[in-house]
Order: sequence, then structure tokens, then C-alpha cells
Amino acid sequence: MTPDLVPESEAEARQMIAAARAAGTPLAICGGNTRAGLGRPVQAEKTLSSRALSGIVAYDPAELVIIARAGTAVAEIEAALEKNGQRLVFEPMDHRPLLSSQGEPTIGAIAAGNISGPRRLVAGAARDSLLGVRFVNGAGEVVKNGGRVMKNVTGLDLVKFMAGSWGTLGFLTEVTFKVLPAAETETTLAIRGLLDDAAVTAMAHAMATSAEVSGAAHLPELVAGTVLGGKLGNDAATLLRLEGFEASVAIRAGKLKSLLGAMGEIEELGAADSRRLWREVRDCIPFADGTQKPVWRVSMKPGQAHEMVMAMRMQTGASAFYDWQGGLAWVRMENDPADELVRREIARHGGGHATLVRADPQYRLLVPVFQPEQGPVAELSKRIKAKFDPASILNPGRMVQGM
Amino acid sequence: MSGIAFIKPDQRIIARRKEIVAQLAEFVPSDCLVNDPRELVPFETDGFTAYRRVPLAVVLPETTEQVSAIMKYLARENVPVVPRGAGTSLSGGAIPQEDAVVVGLSKMTRILEIDYPNRIARVQAGVTNINISNEVDADGFFYAPDPSSQLACTIGGNIGMNSGGAHCLKYGVTTNNLLGVKMVLFDGTVVEFGGGALDAPGYDFSGLVCGSEGQLGIVTEATVRLIAKPEGARPVLFGFDSSEVAGACVAEIIGSGIIPVAIEFMDKPAIEICEAFAHAGYPLDVEALLIVEVEGSDAEMADTLVRIVEIAKRHEVKVVKESQSAMEAALIWKGRKSAFGATGRIADYICMDGTVPLSQLPYVLKETGRIVAEYGLRVANVFHAGDGNMHPLILYDVNDPEQARKAEECGMDLLRLCVDAGGCLTGEHGVGIEKRELMHHQYTQADLDQQMAARAAFDPAWIMNPSKVFPLDARGKGKTAA
Repeated sequence: MTPDLVPESEAEARQMIAAARAAGTPLAICGGNTRAGLGRPVQAEKTLSSRALSGIVAYDPAELVIIARAGTAVAEIEAALEKNGQRLVFEPMDHRPLLSSQGEPTIGAIAAGNISGPRRLVAGAARDSLLGVRFVNGAGEVVKNGGRVMKNVTGLDLVKFMAGSWGTLGFLTEVTFKVLPAAETETTLAIRGLLDDAAVTAMAHAMATSAEVSGAAHLPELVAGTVLGGKLGNDAATLLRLEGFEASVAIRAGKLKSLLGAMGEIEELGAADSRRLWREVRDCIPFADGTQKPVWRVSMKPGQAHEMVMAMRMQTGASAFYDWQGGLAWVRMENDPADELVRREIARHGGGHATLVRADPQYRLLVPVFQPEQGPVAELSKRIKAKFDPASILNPGRMVQGM
Repeated sequence: MSGIAFIKPDQRIIARRKEIVAQLAEFVPSDCLVNDPRELVPFETDGFTAYRRVPLAVVLPETTEQVSAIMKYLARENVPVVPRGAGTSLSGGAIPQEDAVVVGLSKMTRILEIDYPNRIARVQAGVTNINISNEVDADGFFYAPDPSSQLACTIGGNIGMNSGGAHCLKYGVTTNNLLGVKMVLFDGTVVEFGGGALDAPGYDFSGLVCGSEGQLGIVTEATVRLIAKPEGARPVLFGFDSSEVAGACVAEIIGSGIIPVAIEFMDKPAIEICEAFAHAGYPLDVEALLIVEVEGSDAEMADTLVRIVEIAKRHEVKVVKESQSAMEAALIWKGRKSAFGATGRIADYICMDGTVPLSQLPYVLKETGRIVAEYGLRVANVFHAGDGNMHPLILYDVNDPEQARKAEECGMDLLRLCVDAGGCLTGEHGVGIEKRELMHHQYTQADLDQQMAARAAFDPAWIMNPSKVFPLDARGKGKTAA
């Protein structure tokens, strides 16, 4: 798909949005369009893409900060960081395998969708690394917020607010991210054969130690066979990642092994396998099956998600695996999305929320993709949307029908 | 000092004081209402003591329901509200105004839930920062943000100012450790944002509330993350012959891939002041001091320290002093954490809080010295070097109006310097009233308009802490003007 509007400068983006506002033209906002299948289908007349707003604006490794125009490819950012031994610590997910989409994911979309990965458990989400933004709001005004320093409480924090707003509040033109040194090495301990509740206990134990686990995921039986090209076999694998300087990683791995050894057999994966494994967990490879079977991303308290999944599976066909110490459940439904069932069971098990990350467009039009808001919070969201985008021309309906 | 304008109090509200107080008494037990003019005095200012305004009344509710009833009533009567935690704000965030009711959270001090498997704590907003860590310490956990005022300051205030602390280089500031809030809106509506999960649905309201300086509502409960304590922690002192060299050393440590838990910087005047107070064993024959703290097991700390010492040696470090015991480590931190208090013993001071990009540290330090000297004043620098958050303490005599005026002007020049160097006005103290007019220096009118629009979505009549954050002349029609 070729976007209709591809501004090459912030000034041009501002003009295009001002014109759209004047004409009342709804715009679908995108970067590389690899996540167009996530969210409600936007009813827009034109597509506005940031893809030509490309390039790293400033990057000084000693400052631990990178500033890039919103349409810069994530791959370009990651290559520049890697050359200097650094990384985006929140490990942004690449949605292409799961959604079977094409194109280049952009750094602006990482900010707009608050796209994070396994290390979010200890190192924060994209929103925690996002230090500054420039955007054009729905009135066609250029706004900046935040900056390029790590501590900043100067005025209202619209940076966090733009993160995860999916282009409904403004069209990002430039983003500034904190970066951190990449780990010298890493290893992953895989405890084998645990049932979900034992796995969640094991992960909670590991996180309560000083071992500085930087990834805690559980792949139940059969799911384990879908990663690393089948190398792990089908037995359930509870994964604990350790990163850092080699000596330190070895010490901490030893500690965890003696703590958790009684729970099950523990295998240790070397750095190369460990890197590949967590990339696959990050990108939801177990469910990247080329189908349009509905996939939910469920966020709950770490100890609760597996109980919710068990209750749900009594009522419908689904498979699941867990990241974030169990607090992030990826759930693939065998048939329809069963949104009411999913959300009812979440509420019954301590609360949280669910996003329908993958589904046939017909479902996404009918089913609330993002968790529906109620009462005063829904009211506040509406008021906020009107303050940023008074004519409701930016991604209308992407998050909430009629907003 | 008298340079900062307040919004002109509404005499009609002041005239109705008796009636308003009588109504407030309906909502809370009698010991939760402060009404006596003498008892109101302690609430006239906060940690930014140069400015004082006695409020109309102070109410100290014990429950969210009481806060809600109070807010509903005050909104109906259009009476301004100033939220207050422990009153330790260094930017005047909790300074009242004559026509405002202070809603203080000092009676909401209960820890509601500690959940170790999920590593969260749910607490009332008046709980002190240190009390969360104290509560979970014996079980091997802590709450990470640790502002210098942590013995007194409340979690509600921390959320208001997005507080940081010495250890946020590794663990982040309040916003990175906050999972959810319960909040009362201006009209008494109770809302909850976020909760026990790592991410929240919809717009990131918790993120917007954090650092909003009591302008969006009154936070009554917070859910925060707990972190497993490291096996050990060890601060090491490094002394250098110049601030520039110390700054370059910081850049190289971080550039090498090591992120210590904390890197704190002190210049010579700060070293002398802190050493005289805390007897922490700081070297007195150096121009700049770094406190670098590492964490882990003994073997890990030893490994990291070897790397850091090697880097420091390349920067001609003059003194390296490792703490040999827990007591020595505590003394080293006592010196740093009492820097503001110790400075207060020898002079009055104002503390600035600008943040600059790491590469600009040496330049900004040099310029700071030059600017302060031009005003004929003295400065002590003590700050979080790892994240570029400067804290120059400008020393002056509060009884000398000319010096006081100069100190205030000098502070504003230093903040402009930080912004011009690519940084910001405030890293963790907030804008409050202190830096309000300087917001123009960092933001365009369109930038401010968008922030004020977001604010108005929560508080359309601008009754929440109305004198703060936004320059009086930047506010449009319908917003409280001077």
C-alpha cells in the first residue's frame, strides 16, 4: 500500500494536517505500516506516513541518547547502536512475523504503540526510555515535550502520554530515546517440565533474588517446541535470562541453579541461543503461524494470568505462553476471539487488560481491540482526545469506536 | 525575596471563610481540620521557604471518600485547592494562597498491601518514601526512588514531582516505578489508573499524573513496584584535581558499558561543607569528588570496581577510597544525603535543579562558577552526575535583601544556562512557583498550550494548585490569570 501523504519535513506534515483539519478529512497515521493490522480498522480518507521523515538527528554514545526522525527504520537505529555496543533496553517487538506483514518498522511507531519486549519486566517499557517527542497535533500545531535528558519534570509529561496513543493524539515527527550499554554476554537457564503454576512460582522466586534476571518467560509443553527450530524439544521450558559481564553472569547463574535445581532439570543455553530465543519470545514466534487465528496479549499481575488462562480454556480452545514473569500472556484462540469470555475471566482473576493483537479485520471492527474503558476514565479519554485532536481527524476509531 | 507573583486572592472567598470552614467540618473529624490562625502558620510554606502565604484552612482527610466529599464541595464553591504531602517541595509546589484550602495527606499513612510474588506495594499517598522500603527491607526488597528528603517526603508528593534520587541512574525515577494510582478529580470523582499489571490499557494516565504537581487531582493511593535488594552495595570515593576531569571520568565510565547504581558529584565547597557536618572521611585536598556505588555479590563488586578504578586512573585520579565496612558506606552516603541540610548550617541557600546532557557537564560547571562569581556570590555543587541532574547551591544571606535578590536572579541565569546547553529547568524538584516564568525559556506558547489543554481536560475551572507551573502570562482566557 502506498500512503497518500508522505511529508518530507515537519513543516510539510504540519501543512498537510492543517489542510486535513480544514477540510475535515480523517487521516490514517502510519510509519512503515507493519502494524496496520493491530487495532480497529481506521475509517480514513487518506493515509499519512512518516516514512520520509527519516534519519538519525543526533547520537553521541557517551550521552546515552539517540534522537531520530519518526520514520527512521528501527533496523537503522539498532545498527547504529550496535556499532557502539549499545541498545534500546526495552527490546521492541517486531510484529511482522505474527501479523504476516511487510515493510520496515519505524522508531516513531515504537513510541506511538509503546512497543516493548521481554526486558520490560525489569528495564521499563518503550515509554520509560522515551525522553522527548515532537509531534503535530490534530489542530496542525507543532508541539514538543520532554527533551534529551534522563531526568525531566518540567511541565506536564506528554511524552508518556504520546507513548501508546497509537497516533490518535498527534503525528510524531521526532523521538528521543535513552539508550544503554549492551550486555557483554548473556545466558538463559531453562527449567524443564514445569506446569504453569509451578513455573510462575519458580519465576517469582528468581525475581525475588538479587540475581538480576532480565527475562522470565514460560513456554508450556508443545509451545517450547516452536522456538529455536525445535532444539528445546516439546517439554515445557521456564526461561530465566541473565545478562552482564561474563564473571557476573556465571556467579548469578550458579546462584539460581542452586536455588531452583530441586524444581526440575535445568539446562543452560549459551549466548547465541539465548539471544535468538528471546528474540523469538519477543516476537511471539510460537504463534507466528501464518494464520489469522485471533491472538490476545493479556497483561495482568504476574501470579494471575495463568489461572485466568486455565479458567478460559475450560470454556474454549486456546493455547498460551507467558512472558514478564507470567504477567504477560500471549493467547491464541482456536476459533473466534471470544472477547467477552477473555475479559470476564481477566476481571475474575484480579484484573488487567487484553488487546486483540491479531484477528481478521471483520472481528477487529466488531470486537473492542483495546480494553474498553468505563465511566469517568472513558470520559477523560474523550476529553483528552478532543484537546489534542479537536476535529477527530487523527486515526479516528483506531483505539475506541467513535473516538 | 518578592520577585514571584501570586494569583490575586479572591476576596469573596476569603470573606466566606467561616462558612467554608464550617462546611469542611462536616466531612472530617474535628482533629482533621486546621482552622486556628496560629496553627495555620506551619502550612504557609514548604521547602521553598522564601515565599509564604497563609491558607484559608487546612484539611487533613483520612480516607479517599473524605477527599472526594471535600473536593466535590470546594469545586461547587469554586474554592482553589492546594494538595500537600509532607511539605518538602523545593520549588514551592505546596505553597498555599490566601483563598485556597490545603488538602494535606499526612493522615493517610497506611500501607494497604504488600504482595511479594507480584512485587508490588499498594499504599496510601501520605506514606513516607522511606517507610515503603523499611516495611519490606527484612524480606529482601526495597522501593527504588530515594530522594534526599526520603525520611519525610510522601509517596503522594513524590508522584506530584516525579521524584528521583541518587540511585535512579540504575532504577529510574518515580514514573518508572509507579504502576497505578487512585485519584480524586477536582469535582470529587474517584478514578483509578493502572494497577498491578506492568502496563495499563488506554492512554497512559498514570504517566501524565506523575509529575503533574497536584494540578490534575489528588492522588490518595499508589501501587508501586518493589525490587529485590542487591546482595551488597559498596560506594567508592574518587578525588580529582578538577571538576572537568571528574566529568570526563563519568562520561568514560558510562561509555565503557558500566552503569553504576549511582554516580554523585561534589565540588570543593560541597566537600568541605559535608565533611564538616558528617565526618564521612571525604578527602579535603581535591577539587572534585565522585561517589560511585556498585552492587552485587563481593566477587561482582570487585570485578566492576577494578574496571572503574582503571578508568579513573586514566583520568589521573588523586584519591581512591573504598568503603571497608557497612558503617563506612553509610557514612559516605550520610555526607551526600545531608548536603542540603549541612549547607543550611553555614548559610542560606537556594538549590537549583536543572539537568543537562552528560557531554555538557564540564562546560556547564565552568559557566556556573563564572555566573555565580559575577553576582558576587558563592556556590557549592553537589549533584547526580550519572544523569546530568545539577544541584548548584547558591549561598547567600537571607537577611540581606540585595543578596537575596541577586541569589534569585543568579539561580534563574543558571537554569537558562541548563536549557541553552540542551537540558531542562528541573530534573526532580518540579517547576512549582519557583521556575514558573522560566517555562517560556524552554517551551514555545504552542508547547505550553498543549500542556494546559491536557490540564484543562482534568480541571476545566483551574482550581487545582492554580498558581503553579504555567507562566501567568501564558494562560489564556478562562484560566486563572494574575
